[in-house]
Amino acid sequence: MSLLDREVPGVVMTPDNIRSRTLPVAVNLAIAAGAFAVAAAVVFGLAIGNWVLVVVLGAAFYLVGLNVVAGRIEGRRAARDRAMKSLIYAACVLAILPLASVVWTLVSKGIGRLDADFFNTSMNNIGARDPEGGAYHAIIGTLEQVGIATLMSVPLGVLGAIYLVEYGRGKFATTVRFFVDVMTGIPSIVAGLFILSFWVLIVSPWFNNGQPRFSGFAAALALAVLMLPTIVRSTEEMLRLVPGPLREGAYALGVPQWKTILSVVLPTALPGIVTGIMLAVARAAGETAPVLLVAGGAAAINFDPFGGNQQSLSLFVYQQAGDASRYAPDRAWTAALTLVALVLILTVAAKLLARRNKLSR
Amino acid sequence: MGDYPSRSVNSTAGDLSVTPRHAQGAGYGGSPSNFDEPPRGGGGALPKKARFSIEAGFRGLSTASGAMVLVIIVAIAVFLISKAVPALQANTGNFLTQFEWAPNDTQPSFGIAALAFGTVLSSIIALVVAVPIALSIALFLSHYAPKRLATPLGFVIDLLAAVPSVVFGLWGRDVFQEPVRDFSIWLNKYFSWIPLFGGDGPFGQSIMLGGLVLAIMVLPIVTSLSREVFQQTPGMNEEAALALGATRWEMVRTAVLPYGKPGVIAAVMLGLGRALGETIALALTLSVAFDISFNLIENGGNSVAANIANSFAEANDTGRGALIASGLVLFAITLVVNMTARAIIYRRREFRDAAA
Repeated sequence: MSLLDREVPGVVMTPDNIRSRTLPVAVNLAIAAGAFAVAAAVVFGLAIGNWVLVVVLGAAFYLVGLNVVAGRIEGRRAARDRAMKSLIYAACVLAILPLASVVWTLVSKGIGRLDADFFNTSMNNIGARDPEGGAYHAIIGTLEQVGIATLMSVPLGVLGAIYLVEYGRGKFATTVRFFVDVMTGIPSIVAGLFILSFWVLIVSPWFNNGQPRFSGFAAALALAVLMLPTIVRSTEEMLRLVPGPLREGAYALGVPQWKTILSVVLPTALPGIVTGIMLAVARAAGETAPVLLVAGGAAAINFDPFGGNQQSLSLFVYQQAGDASRYAPDRAWTAALTLVALVLILTVAAKLLARRNKLSR
Repeated sequence: MGDYPSRSVNSTAGDLSVTPRHAQGAGYGGSPSNFDEPPRGGGGALPKKARFSIEAGFRGLSTASGAMVLVIIVAIAVFLISKAVPALQANTGNFLTQFEWAPNDTQPSFGIAALAFGTVLSSIIALVVAVPIALSIALFLSHYAPKRLATPLGFVIDLLAAVPSVVFGLWGRDVFQEPVRDFSIWLNKYFSWIPLFGGDGPFGQSIMLGGLVLAIMVLPIVTSLSREVFQQTPGMNEEAALALGATRWEMVRTAVLPYGKPGVIAAVMLGLGRALGETIALALTLSVAFDISFNLIENGGNSVAANIANSFAEANDTGRGALIASGLVLFAITLVVNMTARAIIYRRREFRDAAA
């Protein structure tokens, strides 16, 4: 009897043993039910916590139980795969909970003061006992500051990106690019302190009889410092996507480089550039710390960005949050809702614009 | 064309991106930016380059704009130092070791030790909590979720990165404080033998609350950056792992994670930079204290940035200088962290370009 003819038990190929065995769904559910039952028994039996602990312990027991049972049926490696997958899904659920809570609180608490009064009045002459008051002055301030900051940072940022993509070669360009990236990480409060020590304390006394003066313009300067690297980076990305043959076509027709950039490269990349700018604007509109340091905040309407204290929406939220009046939290939440709505509208619009962008990567 | 759900310009807020396209020139067409050489091949008929032309002007203008970034960074350091030095000279305490912040007194005395400690501790808590969750979500979005779910979920995460910090601070103070207080009391009841959870209250407005709020804020940034890195894993590596019989997790562990490691480190460091500099969320959630304590759950805690926001209103000249000095320290720390992170990203890019 040769070796080939001998039948080794268990090596016969049948549909049962050529597939690896998988854990039945019913067993999976049973483990889950068992884990939570044990957790509930432990927690309430020893009286060491409430339902939150039951959920946490139950999830832990479930993971362990699943690992053990699946290890028996499917093998160690498949069990590990399952455990990791469960962990990853659990992390997602865990992360979504607080974020959903933020959104829910914003809407439910912010809806309270969402009336015409809120958008038409300022906080001037509003005492601690007055339920009225609104954010008109703050909205004006935010729009002016962000508008001026955009006017300053967009030309600088776009030109800087043009330098990096079209002209910059060698060490200097690499350095600039590196520090643009580093500058995106500068904390907003540092930008505020910079403008405080530069503009408010040193420059503004020249125009104000030697007295330092807060102003909306100073806030705009600080916001521009924050927006600049963001705009440079996003514009640079977009300019790099413009196909080379477009440029070469223009050069071949004898168009000088500056004209090529202005009339061929920039228009081609325009939707993407606008998207980047809108995202930068959205981020700047939400900044609180620099405005607190250099615009100071105000209760009254101030249209003049150069003349004295100005409020902004995010600063309004912060100040109302610290206010002792019992009506202040409502105002703070409504202002926060307004701010988030403003920022999200800008962001979503920017992303929709990005989708229509014809330059794809 | 058109639809690209997972790239950087439309993720986060346009910055912080990890892009492979840095080292290359514009498109693949070289630009004739070097006009200095004489035209080759006897191009005598070509017009000569004018000495002063719009071209030169435009070029100079854009170069100046690019250099502006360097100017601003240097100016930040210079102006902060110029305002910080007088206050530091007036300081009667030791700026580095003093546990006190009284720069407005006639004998100003202030030190950054407690503030720097609080900044670092809250950031560490934030990273310890946020990084595993963020990496899990990134893996979920890049390798586990079906595309129909991954695209909108990624979009939502990107939107969250745009929510202003003051909103998170307000939420942390008004809503999140309750569950954190309950949790702190529970921890204190059963684990008070661990020094981290000791003390006898009051609990709630603690460094743990601040750290957890920071974690929620850092989460979207770390997630979207590491998702991008994971998505860049060469499909070949993944398929090779799967073809050798790896389970999905083994594929992730052997192909995706090693490939993305430098990018993940950089993403974590950028998140750290964000956490270190966060101001308003911490100003709203911490209750001010000037000491070094490892107790996570008792009221207290402070950070450099939060202290600037809190004590700016009543600061006099020296006080302002002292705050600027603390801001200078913060600037230096975040600069180092960010430069390290960027250096890692840059090195990796070269490495990959050479390998490809």
